[in-house]
Amino acid sequence: MSFLNRAYFASAWAVAWRYLHNLYTKPAVFVPGLIFPLFFLAAFAGGLSSVGDVPGFDYYDFTAFQFCFVLIQASALAGVFVGFSIAGDFEMGMGRRMMLATSNRSAIVIGYAIGAALRLIVVWVIITGVSLLAGMGVRGDGFDIAGMYMLGLLANLAALFFSAGIALRFRSLQAGPLMQMPVFIILFLAPVYVPQELLTGWIEPVASVNPVTALLDGARSLIAGEPSGLLLAYGVAIGLIAVMAVWAMRGLRKAEVAG
Amino acid sequence: MSGAVVTAGAGGSPLPIQIAAMAGRSVIRLIRQPAAIIPSVIFPLFLLAVNAGGLNAATDLPGFPTDSYITFAIAFTFIQSAIFSTMNAGQNLAQDIENGFFSRLVLTPMRPSALMAGQLAGLVLLGQFQALVYFAVGVAAGAEFAAGVGGYFVLAALVSIISIGFGGIGLIMAIRTGSGEAVQGMFPLMFVLLFFSSMTLPRNLIEQDWYRFLATINPVSYLIEAIRSLFITGWDGEALALGFGIATLIAVLSIAFAARSLKGRMLK
Repeated sequence: MSFLNRAYFASAWAVAWRYLHNLYTKPAVFVPGLIFPLFFLAAFAGGLSSVGDVPGFDYYDFTAFQFCFVLIQASALAGVFVGFSIAGDFEMGMGRRMMLATSNRSAIVIGYAIGAALRLIVVWVIITGVSLLAGMGVRGDGFDIAGMYMLGLLANLAALFFSAGIALRFRSLQAGPLMQMPVFIILFLAPVYVPQELLTGWIEPVASVNPVTALLDGARSLIAGEPSGLLLAYGVAIGLIAVMAVWAMRGLRKAEVAG
Repeated sequence: MSGAVVTAGAGGSPLPIQIAAMAGRSVIRLIRQPAAIIPSVIFPLFLLAVNAGGLNAATDLPGFPTDSYITFAIAFTFIQSAIFSTMNAGQNLAQDIENGFFSRLVLTPMRPSALMAGQLAGLVLLGQFQALVYFAVGVAAGAEFAAGVGGYFVLAALVSIISIGFGGIGLIMAIRTGSGEAVQGMFPLMFVLLFFSSMTLPRNLIEQDWYRFLATINPVSYLIEAIRSLFITGWDGEALALGFGIATLIAVLSIAFAARSLKGRMLK
Protein backbone atom coordinates (compact mmCIF):
# COMPACT_ATOMS: atom_id res chain seq x y z
CA MET A 1 0.00 0.00 0.00
CA SER A 2 2.91 2.35 -0.65
CA PHE A 3 0.79 4.32 -3.05
CA LEU A 4 -1.50 5.51 -0.24
CA ASN A 5 0.56 8.62 0.50
CA ARG A 6 -0.12 12.33 0.68
CA ALA A 7 0.29 12.83 -3.06
CA TYR A 8 -2.27 10.12 -3.74
CA PHE A 9 -4.89 11.73 -1.52
CA ALA A 10 -4.01 15.21 -2.79
CA SER A 11 -4.75 13.98 -6.33
CA ALA A 12 -7.99 12.32 -5.26
CA TRP A 13 -9.10 15.43 -3.40
CA ALA A 14 -8.27 17.64 -6.40
CA VAL A 15 -10.47 15.46 -8.62
CA ALA A 16 -13.26 15.50 -6.01
CA TRP A 17 -13.02 19.28 -5.61
CA ARG A 18 -13.13 19.85 -9.36
CA TYR A 19 -16.14 17.55 -9.65
CA LEU A 20 -18.04 19.33 -6.89
CA HIS A 21 -17.12 22.78 -8.23
CA ASN A 22 -18.39 21.88 -11.68
CA LEU A 23 -21.50 20.33 -10.19
CA TYR A 24 -22.54 23.24 -8.04
CA THR A 25 -21.78 25.88 -10.63
CA LYS A 26 -23.92 24.16 -13.26
CA PRO A 27 -27.54 23.94 -12.06
CA ALA A 28 -28.52 22.04 -15.23
CA VAL A 29 -26.29 19.18 -14.04
CA PHE A 30 -27.02 19.38 -10.34
CA VAL A 31 -30.78 20.02 -10.31
CA PRO A 32 -31.98 16.83 -12.10
CA GLY A 33 -30.12 14.72 -9.53
CA LEU A 34 -32.17 16.44 -6.83
CA ILE A 35 -35.47 16.67 -8.65
CA PHE A 36 -35.71 13.00 -9.64
CA PRO A 37 -35.64 11.55 -6.10
CA LEU A 38 -38.11 14.17 -4.90
CA PHE A 39 -40.34 13.43 -7.83
CA PHE A 40 -40.29 9.68 -7.13
CA LEU A 41 -40.91 10.34 -3.45
CA ALA A 42 -43.95 12.48 -4.25
CA ALA A 43 -45.27 10.09 -6.89
CA PHE A 44 -44.87 6.94 -4.79
CA ALA A 45 -45.41 8.10 -1.23
CA GLY A 46 -48.16 10.53 -2.25
CA GLY A 47 -49.92 8.82 -5.10
CA LEU A 48 -49.80 5.28 -3.78
CA SER A 49 -50.41 5.86 -0.09
CA SER A 50 -53.66 3.85 -0.17
CA VAL A 51 -51.53 0.80 -1.12
CA GLY A 52 -50.52 0.86 2.54
CA ASP A 53 -54.11 -0.21 3.33
CA VAL A 54 -53.84 -3.39 1.26
CA PRO A 55 -54.48 -6.52 3.40
CA GLY A 56 -51.13 -8.02 4.39
CA PHE A 57 -49.20 -4.74 4.14
CA ASP A 58 -47.97 -4.68 7.71
CA TYR A 59 -45.19 -2.07 7.54
CA TYR A 60 -45.70 0.73 10.05
CA ASP A 61 -45.59 3.75 7.69
CA PHE A 62 -46.03 3.88 3.90
CA THR A 63 -44.00 7.09 3.52
CA ALA A 64 -41.09 5.49 5.40
CA PHE A 65 -41.47 2.37 3.24
CA GLN A 66 -41.14 4.47 0.07
CA PHE A 67 -38.48 6.73 1.58
CA CYS A 68 -36.11 3.77 1.87
CA PHE A 69 -36.55 2.97 -1.81
CA VAL A 70 -36.00 6.59 -2.78
CA LEU A 71 -32.93 6.77 -0.52
CA ILE A 72 -31.32 3.73 -2.14
CA GLN A 73 -32.40 4.84 -5.60
CA ALA A 74 -31.13 8.42 -5.17
CA SER A 75 -27.84 7.11 -3.76
CA ALA A 76 -27.35 4.71 -6.67
CA LEU A 77 -28.33 7.26 -9.29
CA ALA A 78 -25.95 9.82 -7.75
CA GLY A 79 -23.22 7.26 -8.47
CA VAL A 80 -24.44 6.91 -12.04
CA PHE A 81 -24.43 10.69 -12.54
CA VAL A 82 -20.75 10.67 -11.57
CA GLY A 83 -20.24 8.13 -14.35
CA PHE A 84 -21.70 10.71 -16.74
CA SER A 85 -19.18 13.27 -15.48
CA ILE A 86 -16.28 10.85 -15.97
CA ALA A 87 -17.44 10.08 -19.51
CA GLY A 88 -17.85 13.79 -20.23
CA ASP A 89 -14.38 14.59 -18.87
CA PHE A 90 -12.77 11.91 -21.04
CA GLU A 91 -14.79 12.99 -24.08
CA MET A 92 -13.52 16.57 -23.67
CA GLY A 93 -9.92 15.48 -23.15
CA MET A 94 -9.86 16.44 -19.47
CA GLY A 95 -9.56 12.80 -18.47
CA ARG A 96 -6.31 12.42 -20.40
CA ARG A 97 -4.90 15.51 -18.75
CA MET A 98 -5.85 14.16 -15.34
CA MET A 99 -4.10 10.88 -16.14
CA LEU A 100 -0.96 12.75 -17.17
CA ALA A 101 -0.97 14.69 -13.92
CA THR A 102 -1.52 11.72 -11.59
CA SER A 103 1.17 9.21 -10.71
CA ASN A 104 -1.31 6.59 -9.49
CA ARG A 105 -4.40 6.82 -11.61
CA SER A 106 -6.71 4.98 -9.28
CA ALA A 107 -6.70 8.29 -7.37
CA ILE A 108 -8.87 9.67 -10.20
CA VAL A 109 -11.62 7.12 -9.57
CA ILE A 110 -11.28 7.53 -5.80
CA GLY A 111 -11.53 11.30 -6.26
CA TYR A 112 -14.78 10.96 -8.15
CA ALA A 113 -16.03 8.60 -5.42
CA ILE A 114 -15.25 11.20 -2.73
CA GLY A 115 -17.05 13.83 -4.82
CA ALA A 116 -20.05 11.53 -5.21
CA ALA A 117 -20.24 10.89 -1.47
CA LEU A 118 -20.12 14.63 -0.72
CA ARG A 119 -22.79 15.27 -3.34
CA LEU A 120 -24.91 12.57 -1.79
CA ILE A 121 -25.08 14.33 1.57
CA VAL A 122 -26.99 17.22 0.00
CA VAL A 123 -29.42 14.81 -1.70
CA TRP A 124 -29.98 12.93 1.57
CA VAL A 125 -30.62 16.11 3.55
CA ILE A 126 -33.24 17.26 1.05
CA ILE A 127 -35.15 13.99 0.61
CA THR A 128 -35.07 13.32 4.36
CA GLY A 129 -36.29 16.84 5.12
CA VAL A 130 -39.14 16.58 2.62
CA SER A 131 -40.14 13.14 3.92
CA LEU A 132 -40.20 14.37 7.52
CA LEU A 133 -42.27 17.38 6.48
CA ALA A 134 -44.66 14.97 4.73
CA GLY A 135 -45.19 13.23 8.07
CA MET A 136 -42.83 10.27 7.80
CA GLY A 137 -42.50 8.39 11.08
CA VAL A 138 -39.04 7.28 12.22
CA ARG A 139 -38.85 4.50 14.80
CA GLY A 140 -35.17 3.61 14.61
CA ASP A 141 -32.61 5.19 16.95
CA GLY A 142 -29.57 7.16 15.84
CA PHE A 143 -27.50 4.04 15.37
CA ASP A 144 -30.18 2.45 13.17
CA ILE A 145 -30.52 5.59 11.06
CA ALA A 146 -26.73 5.81 10.61
CA GLY A 147 -26.81 2.18 9.45
CA MET A 148 -29.54 2.99 6.94
CA TYR A 149 -27.56 5.87 5.43
CA MET A 150 -24.49 3.63 5.37
CA LEU A 151 -26.43 1.24 3.14
CA GLY A 152 -27.22 4.19 0.87
CA LEU A 153 -23.53 5.10 0.73
CA LEU A 154 -22.59 1.53 -0.17
CA ALA A 155 -25.26 1.50 -2.95
CA ASN A 156 -23.77 4.76 -4.19
CA LEU A 157 -20.26 3.30 -4.32
CA ALA A 158 -21.38 0.14 -6.11
CA ALA A 159 -23.29 2.14 -8.76
CA LEU A 160 -20.42 4.60 -9.10
CA PHE A 161 -17.82 1.88 -9.73
CA PHE A 162 -20.21 0.21 -12.20
CA SER A 163 -20.80 3.39 -14.19
CA ALA A 164 -17.14 4.42 -13.92
CA GLY A 165 -16.20 1.09 -15.50
CA ILE A 166 -18.52 1.83 -18.44
CA ALA A 167 -17.42 5.47 -18.69
CA LEU A 168 -13.73 4.55 -18.74
CA ARG A 169 -14.24 1.92 -21.41
CA PHE A 170 -16.36 4.07 -23.76
CA ARG A 171 -15.03 7.52 -22.77
CA SER A 172 -18.13 9.09 -24.34
CA LEU A 173 -21.39 10.47 -23.02
CA GLN A 174 -23.14 8.33 -25.59
CA ALA A 175 -22.63 5.46 -23.18
CA GLY A 176 -25.00 7.21 -20.74
CA PRO A 177 -27.92 4.78 -21.26
CA LEU A 178 -25.55 1.84 -20.64
CA MET A 179 -24.80 3.28 -17.21
CA GLN A 180 -28.30 4.41 -16.30
CA MET A 181 -30.61 1.71 -17.63
CA PRO A 182 -29.18 -1.36 -15.84
CA VAL A 183 -29.20 0.48 -12.51
CA PHE A 184 -32.72 1.75 -13.10
CA ILE A 185 -33.92 -1.73 -14.06
CA ILE A 186 -32.32 -3.58 -11.14
CA LEU A 187 -33.80 -1.01 -8.73
CA PHE A 188 -37.32 -1.57 -10.06
CA LEU A 189 -36.97 -5.35 -9.95
CA ALA A 190 -36.99 -5.13 -6.16
CA PRO A 191 -40.06 -4.81 -3.89
CA VAL A 192 -40.65 -1.12 -4.65
CA TYR A 193 -44.33 -0.66 -3.86
CA VAL A 194 -45.20 -3.48 -1.46
CA PRO A 195 -43.27 -5.94 0.75
CA GLN A 196 -41.91 -9.00 -1.02
CA GLU A 197 -44.65 -11.25 0.41
CA LEU A 198 -47.26 -9.27 -1.55
CA LEU A 199 -45.49 -9.46 -4.91
CA THR A 200 -47.15 -11.71 -7.46
CA GLY A 201 -46.18 -13.28 -10.77
CA TRP A 202 -42.71 -13.33 -12.30
CA ILE A 203 -41.41 -10.40 -10.29
CA GLU A 204 -41.62 -12.30 -7.00
CA PRO A 205 -38.83 -14.84 -7.78
CA VAL A 206 -36.80 -12.13 -9.52
CA ALA A 207 -37.05 -9.85 -6.49
CA SER A 208 -36.06 -12.69 -4.18
CA VAL A 209 -32.65 -13.02 -5.91
CA ASN A 210 -32.18 -9.31 -6.63
CA PRO A 211 -29.38 -7.90 -4.43
CA VAL A 212 -31.26 -4.59 -4.17
CA THR A 213 -34.01 -6.42 -2.25
CA ALA A 214 -31.54 -7.16 0.57
CA LEU A 215 -30.51 -3.49 0.68
CA LEU A 216 -34.12 -2.31 0.74
CA ASP A 217 -35.17 -4.82 3.39
CA GLY A 218 -32.19 -3.84 5.52
CA ALA A 219 -32.90 -0.11 5.21
CA ARG A 220 -36.62 -0.58 5.92
CA SER A 221 -35.90 -2.67 8.99
CA LEU A 222 -33.49 -0.03 10.30
CA ILE A 223 -35.83 2.94 9.95
CA ALA A 224 -38.55 0.81 11.58
CA GLY A 225 -36.24 0.24 14.56
CA GLU A 226 -36.39 -3.53 14.06
CA PRO A 227 -33.04 -4.37 12.43
CA SER A 228 -33.09 -7.63 10.52
CA GLY A 229 -31.27 -9.13 7.57
CA LEU A 230 -28.38 -6.70 8.05
CA LEU A 231 -25.64 -9.28 7.58
CA LEU A 232 -27.09 -10.12 4.17
CA ALA A 233 -27.64 -6.45 3.28
CA TYR A 234 -24.11 -5.33 4.16
CA GLY A 235 -22.59 -8.52 2.75
CA VAL A 236 -24.34 -8.02 -0.59
CA ALA A 237 -23.39 -4.35 -0.70
CA ILE A 238 -19.72 -4.98 0.08
CA GLY A 239 -19.63 -7.86 -2.40
CA LEU A 240 -21.09 -5.63 -5.13
CA ILE A 241 -18.56 -2.91 -4.35
CA ALA A 242 -15.68 -5.38 -4.54
CA VAL A 243 -16.79 -6.72 -7.94
CA MET A 244 -17.56 -3.27 -9.34
CA ALA A 245 -14.29 -1.82 -8.05
CA VAL A 246 -12.41 -4.44 -10.05
CA TRP A 247 -14.60 -3.59 -13.06
CA ALA A 248 -13.81 0.12 -12.65
CA MET A 249 -10.07 -0.41 -12.21
CA ARG A 250 -9.92 -2.62 -15.29
CA GLY A 251 -11.77 0.13 -17.12
CA LEU A 252 -9.10 2.53 -15.94
CA ARG A 253 -6.40 0.25 -17.37
CA LYS A 254 -8.25 0.24 -20.70
CA ALA A 255 -8.45 4.02 -20.66
CA GLU A 256 -4.70 4.17 -19.95
CA VAL A 257 -3.95 1.79 -22.83
CA ALA A 258 -6.15 3.85 -25.16
CA GLY A 259 -4.13 6.92 -24.20
CA MET B 1 -35.80 34.23 -48.59
CA SER B 2 -39.34 34.24 -47.32
CA GLY B 3 -40.59 35.53 -50.63
CA ALA B 4 -38.74 32.79 -52.48
CA VAL B 5 -40.24 30.17 -50.24
CA VAL B 6 -43.78 31.44 -50.67
CA THR B 7 -43.47 31.80 -54.46
CA ALA B 8 -41.85 28.41 -54.90
CA GLY B 9 -44.32 26.80 -52.54
CA ALA B 10 -47.26 28.15 -54.48
CA GLY B 11 -45.94 26.94 -57.78
CA GLY B 12 -44.33 23.70 -56.61
CA SER B 13 -45.62 20.14 -56.59
CA PRO B 14 -49.06 19.51 -55.07
CA LEU B 15 -49.30 19.32 -51.31
CA PRO B 16 -50.17 15.58 -51.14
CA ILE B 17 -46.99 14.73 -53.08
CA GLN B 18 -44.91 16.89 -50.76
CA ILE B 19 -46.50 15.27 -47.72
CA ALA B 20 -45.93 11.79 -49.17
CA ALA B 21 -42.26 12.61 -49.81
CA MET B 22 -41.70 13.87 -46.29
CA ALA B 23 -43.72 11.05 -44.74
CA GLY B 24 -41.70 8.50 -46.70
CA ARG B 25 -38.48 10.06 -45.44
CA SER B 26 -39.78 10.12 -41.89
CA VAL B 27 -40.81 6.46 -42.01
CA ILE B 28 -37.54 5.29 -43.60
CA ARG B 29 -35.60 7.30 -41.06
CA LEU B 30 -37.59 5.66 -38.30
CA ILE B 31 -36.95 2.16 -39.61
CA ARG B 32 -33.24 2.92 -39.87
CA GLN B 33 -33.05 3.95 -36.21
CA PRO B 34 -33.78 0.79 -34.24
CA ALA B 35 -31.80 2.28 -31.35
CA ALA B 36 -34.42 5.01 -31.09
CA ILE B 37 -37.43 2.73 -31.56
CA ILE B 38 -36.56 -0.29 -29.45
CA PRO B 39 -36.21 1.53 -26.09
CA SER B 40 -39.50 3.36 -26.69
CA VAL B 41 -41.19 -0.02 -27.17
CA ILE B 42 -39.38 -1.98 -24.48
CA PHE B 43 -39.31 0.55 -21.65
CA PRO B 44 -43.12 0.94 -21.31
CA LEU B 45 -43.45 -2.86 -21.41
CA PHE B 46 -40.86 -3.15 -18.66
CA LEU B 47 -42.71 -0.70 -16.44
CA LEU B 48 -45.97 -2.50 -17.18
CA ALA B 49 -44.46 -5.84 -16.17
CA VAL B 50 -42.96 -4.39 -12.99
CA ASN B 51 -46.15 -2.56 -11.99
CA ALA B 52 -48.39 -5.51 -12.82
CA GLY B 53 -46.40 -7.75 -10.48
CA GLY B 54 -45.60 -5.13 -7.88
CA LEU B 55 -49.00 -3.54 -7.54
CA ASN B 56 -51.31 -6.47 -8.11
CA ALA B 57 -52.08 -6.38 -4.39
CA ALA B 58 -53.73 -3.00 -4.97
CA THR B 59 -56.66 -4.81 -6.63
CA ASP B 60 -57.63 -5.92 -3.09
CA LEU B 61 -58.44 -2.31 -2.19
CA PRO B 62 -62.20 -1.81 -1.79
CA GLY B 63 -63.57 -0.09 -4.92
CA PHE B 64 -60.74 -1.09 -7.25
CA PRO B 65 -62.43 -1.44 -10.65
CA THR B 66 -60.93 -4.79 -11.71
CA ASP B 67 -59.28 -7.81 -10.13
CA SER B 68 -56.43 -7.78 -12.68
CA TYR B 69 -53.84 -5.04 -12.27
CA ILE B 70 -52.44 -5.59 -15.74
CA THR B 71 -55.88 -4.80 -17.20
CA PHE B 72 -55.85 -1.59 -15.19
CA ALA B 73 -52.23 -0.62 -15.92
CA ILE B 74 -51.96 -1.38 -19.62
CA ALA B 75 -53.61 1.92 -20.61
CA PHE B 76 -50.66 3.78 -19.16
CA THR B 77 -48.34 1.93 -21.56
CA PHE B 78 -50.05 3.44 -24.61
CA ILE B 79 -49.81 6.94 -23.20
CA GLN B 80 -46.21 6.49 -22.13
CA SER B 81 -45.18 5.46 -25.62
CA ALA B 82 -47.07 8.42 -27.11
CA ILE B 83 -45.22 10.75 -24.79
CA PHE B 84 -41.91 9.14 -25.72
CA SER B 85 -42.81 9.87 -29.33
CA THR B 86 -42.75 13.56 -28.43
CA MET B 87 -39.05 13.15 -27.98
CA ASN B 88 -38.64 11.22 -31.23
CA ALA B 89 -40.47 13.80 -33.33
CA GLY B 90 -38.69 16.71 -31.75
CA GLN B 91 -35.31 15.00 -31.84
CA ASN B 92 -35.60 14.23 -35.56
CA LEU B 93 -36.59 17.75 -36.52
CA ALA B 94 -33.97 19.27 -34.20
CA GLN B 95 -31.37 17.06 -35.88
CA ASP B 96 -32.52 18.35 -39.28
CA ILE B 97 -32.10 21.91 -38.03
CA GLU B 98 -28.70 21.23 -36.45
CA ASN B 99 -27.22 19.48 -39.47
CA GLY B 100 -28.48 22.07 -41.96
CA PHE B 101 -31.00 19.85 -43.75
CA PHE B 102 -33.83 22.15 -42.65
CA SER B 103 -32.09 25.20 -44.14
CA ARG B 104 -31.71 23.39 -47.44
CA LEU B 105 -35.35 22.38 -47.30
CA VAL B 106 -36.38 26.02 -46.89
CA LEU B 107 -34.81 26.74 -50.28
CA THR B 108 -37.06 24.16 -51.95
CA PRO B 109 -40.78 24.59 -52.77
CA MET B 110 -41.66 22.45 -49.73
CA ARG B 111 -44.60 23.88 -47.77
CA PRO B 112 -44.40 24.05 -43.96
CA SER B 113 -47.57 21.98 -43.62
CA ALA B 114 -45.99 19.19 -45.68
CA LEU B 115 -42.90 19.21 -43.48
CA MET B 116 -44.97 18.88 -40.31
CA ALA B 117 -47.38 16.32 -41.69
CA GLY B 118 -44.47 14.26 -42.95
CA GLN B 119 -42.76 14.28 -39.55
CA LEU B 120 -45.97 13.30 -37.81
CA ALA B 121 -46.77 10.50 -40.29
CA GLY B 122 -43.77 8.50 -39.13
CA LEU B 123 -44.86 9.07 -35.57
CA VAL B 124 -48.40 7.84 -36.17
CA LEU B 125 -46.97 4.73 -37.84
CA LEU B 126 -44.70 4.10 -34.84
CA GLY B 127 -47.66 4.70 -32.52
CA GLN B 128 -49.74 2.10 -34.34
CA PHE B 129 -46.89 -0.43 -34.24
CA GLN B 130 -46.41 0.15 -30.52
CA ALA B 131 -50.15 -0.07 -29.85
CA LEU B 132 -50.32 -3.42 -31.62
CA VAL B 133 -47.31 -4.74 -29.69
CA TYR B 134 -48.65 -3.54 -26.33
CA PHE B 135 -52.12 -4.87 -27.03
CA ALA B 136 -50.80 -8.29 -28.05
CA VAL B 137 -48.37 -8.54 -25.13
CA GLY B 138 -50.97 -7.28 -22.66
CA VAL B 139 -53.68 -9.69 -23.78
CA ALA B 140 -51.16 -12.57 -23.85
CA ALA B 141 -50.17 -11.65 -20.27
CA GLY B 142 -53.77 -11.80 -19.10
CA ALA B 143 -55.23 -8.34 -19.69
CA GLU B 144 -58.93 -8.35 -20.54
CA PHE B 145 -60.29 -6.15 -23.34
CA ALA B 146 -63.94 -5.52 -22.65
CA ALA B 147 -64.69 -3.42 -25.74
CA GLY B 148 -64.14 -6.26 -28.22
CA VAL B 149 -62.91 -6.03 -31.82
CA GLY B 150 -64.57 -2.69 -32.55
CA GLY B 151 -62.91 -1.28 -29.49
CA TYR B 152 -59.47 -1.92 -30.95
CA PHE B 153 -60.20 0.50 -33.81
CA VAL B 154 -61.30 3.12 -31.31
CA LEU B 155 -58.10 2.49 -29.36
CA ALA B 156 -56.01 2.83 -32.54
CA ALA B 157 -57.76 6.09 -33.45
CA LEU B 158 -57.22 7.55 -29.99
CA VAL B 159 -53.54 6.51 -29.98
CA SER B 160 -53.08 8.24 -33.36
CA ILE B 161 -54.57 11.50 -32.13
CA ILE B 162 -52.52 11.37 -28.94
CA SER B 163 -49.34 10.68 -30.97
CA ILE B 164 -50.07 13.68 -33.18
CA GLY B 165 -50.78 15.88 -30.16
CA PHE B 166 -47.61 15.01 -28.26
CA GLY B 167 -45.60 14.86 -31.49
CA GLY B 168 -46.73 18.43 -32.15
CA ILE B 169 -45.34 19.47 -28.76
CA GLY B 170 -42.02 17.87 -29.69
CA LEU B 171 -42.04 19.79 -32.98
CA ILE B 172 -42.68 23.09 -31.19
CA MET B 173 -39.69 22.49 -28.93
CA ALA B 174 -37.48 21.51 -31.85
CA ILE B 175 -38.50 24.46 -34.00
CA ARG B 176 -38.19 27.04 -31.25
CA THR B 177 -34.87 25.83 -29.85
CA GLY B 178 -33.29 24.09 -32.85
CA SER B 179 -31.52 21.86 -30.36
CA GLY B 180 -31.83 18.13 -29.78
CA GLU B 181 -30.44 18.61 -26.28
CA ALA B 182 -33.26 21.04 -25.42
CA VAL B 183 -35.83 18.56 -26.70
CA GLN B 184 -34.31 15.84 -24.52
CA GLY B 185 -34.46 18.28 -21.62
CA MET B 186 -38.26 18.09 -21.85
CA PHE B 187 -38.18 14.45 -20.82
CA PRO B 188 -38.42 15.05 -17.05
CA LEU B 189 -41.39 17.37 -17.56
CA MET B 190 -43.15 14.72 -19.62
CA PHE B 191 -42.38 12.12 -16.97
CA VAL B 192 -43.92 14.35 -14.31
CA LEU B 193 -47.08 14.70 -16.43
CA LEU B 194 -47.24 10.92 -16.62
CA PHE B 195 -46.65 10.14 -12.98
CA PHE B 196 -48.90 12.83 -11.47
CA SER B 197 -51.93 11.30 -13.11
CA SER B 198 -54.27 8.41 -12.39
CA MET B 199 -51.74 5.99 -13.88
CA THR B 200 -51.27 3.72 -10.85
CA LEU B 201 -54.58 4.06 -9.00
CA PRO B 202 -58.08 5.26 -9.87
CA ARG B 203 -58.52 8.88 -8.82
CA ASN B 204 -61.17 8.00 -6.21
CA LEU B 205 -58.66 5.71 -4.48
CA ILE B 206 -55.87 8.30 -4.24
CA GLU B 207 -55.79 9.20 -0.54
CA GLN B 208 -53.66 12.33 -0.65
CA ASP B 209 -55.83 15.35 -1.56
CA TRP B 210 -53.02 17.28 -3.24
CA TYR B 211 -52.12 14.32 -5.41
CA ARG B 212 -55.75 13.68 -6.37
CA PHE B 213 -56.10 17.37 -7.26
CA LEU B 214 -53.03 17.22 -9.51
CA ALA B 215 -54.29 14.03 -11.14
CA THR B 216 -57.69 15.64 -11.72
CA ILE B 217 -56.31 18.74 -13.46
CA ASN B 218 -53.76 16.71 -15.42
CA PRO B 219 -55.12 16.06 -18.95
CA VAL B 220 -53.05 12.87 -19.13
CA SER B 221 -55.39 11.29 -16.55
CA TYR B 222 -58.31 11.58 -18.97
CA LEU B 223 -56.34 10.10 -21.85
CA ILE B 224 -55.38 7.13 -19.65
CA GLU B 225 -58.93 6.74 -18.36
CA ALA B 226 -60.39 6.70 -21.88
CA ILE B 227 -58.09 3.86 -22.93
CA ARG B 228 -58.57 2.12 -19.58
CA SER B 229 -62.36 2.22 -20.06
CA LEU B 230 -62.01 0.18 -23.26
CA PHE B 231 -60.18 -2.53 -21.31
CA ILE B 232 -62.22 -2.56 -18.12
CA THR B 233 -65.72 -1.24 -18.87
CA GLY B 234 -66.12 -1.69 -22.61
CA TRP B 235 -67.90 1.35 -23.95
CA ASP B 236 -67.93 4.23 -21.49
CA GLY B 237 -69.27 7.23 -23.41
CA GLU B 238 -68.16 9.84 -20.89
CA ALA B 239 -64.59 8.54 -20.54
CA LEU B 240 -64.21 8.21 -24.32
CA ALA B 241 -65.70 11.65 -25.01
CA LEU B 242 -63.32 13.23 -22.49
CA GLY B 243 -60.34 11.29 -23.84
CA PHE B 244 -61.03 12.08 -27.50
CA GLY B 245 -61.93 15.68 -26.68
CA ILE B 246 -58.74 16.35 -24.75
CA ALA B 247 -56.54 14.48 -27.23
CA THR B 248 -58.05 16.46 -30.12
CA LEU B 249 -57.62 19.74 -28.27
CA ILE B 250 -53.94 18.96 -27.54
CA ALA B 251 -53.42 17.96 -31.20
CA VAL B 252 -55.09 21.08 -32.61
CA LEU B 253 -53.27 23.45 -30.26
CA SER B 254 -49.86 21.84 -30.65
CA ILE B 255 -50.12 21.71 -34.44
CA ALA B 256 -51.30 25.32 -34.59
CA PHE B 257 -48.40 26.49 -32.42
CA ALA B 258 -45.94 24.29 -34.30
CA ALA B 259 -47.14 25.73 -37.65
CA ARG B 260 -46.77 29.26 -36.33
CA SER B 261 -43.30 28.55 -34.97
CA LEU B 262 -42.28 26.88 -38.22
CA LYS B 263 -43.39 29.88 -40.24
CA GLY B 264 -41.26 32.08 -38.02
CA ARG B 265 -38.20 29.86 -38.36
CA MET B 266 -38.54 29.66 -42.16
CA LEU B 267 -38.58 33.43 -42.34
CA LYS B 268 -35.27 33.69 -40.43
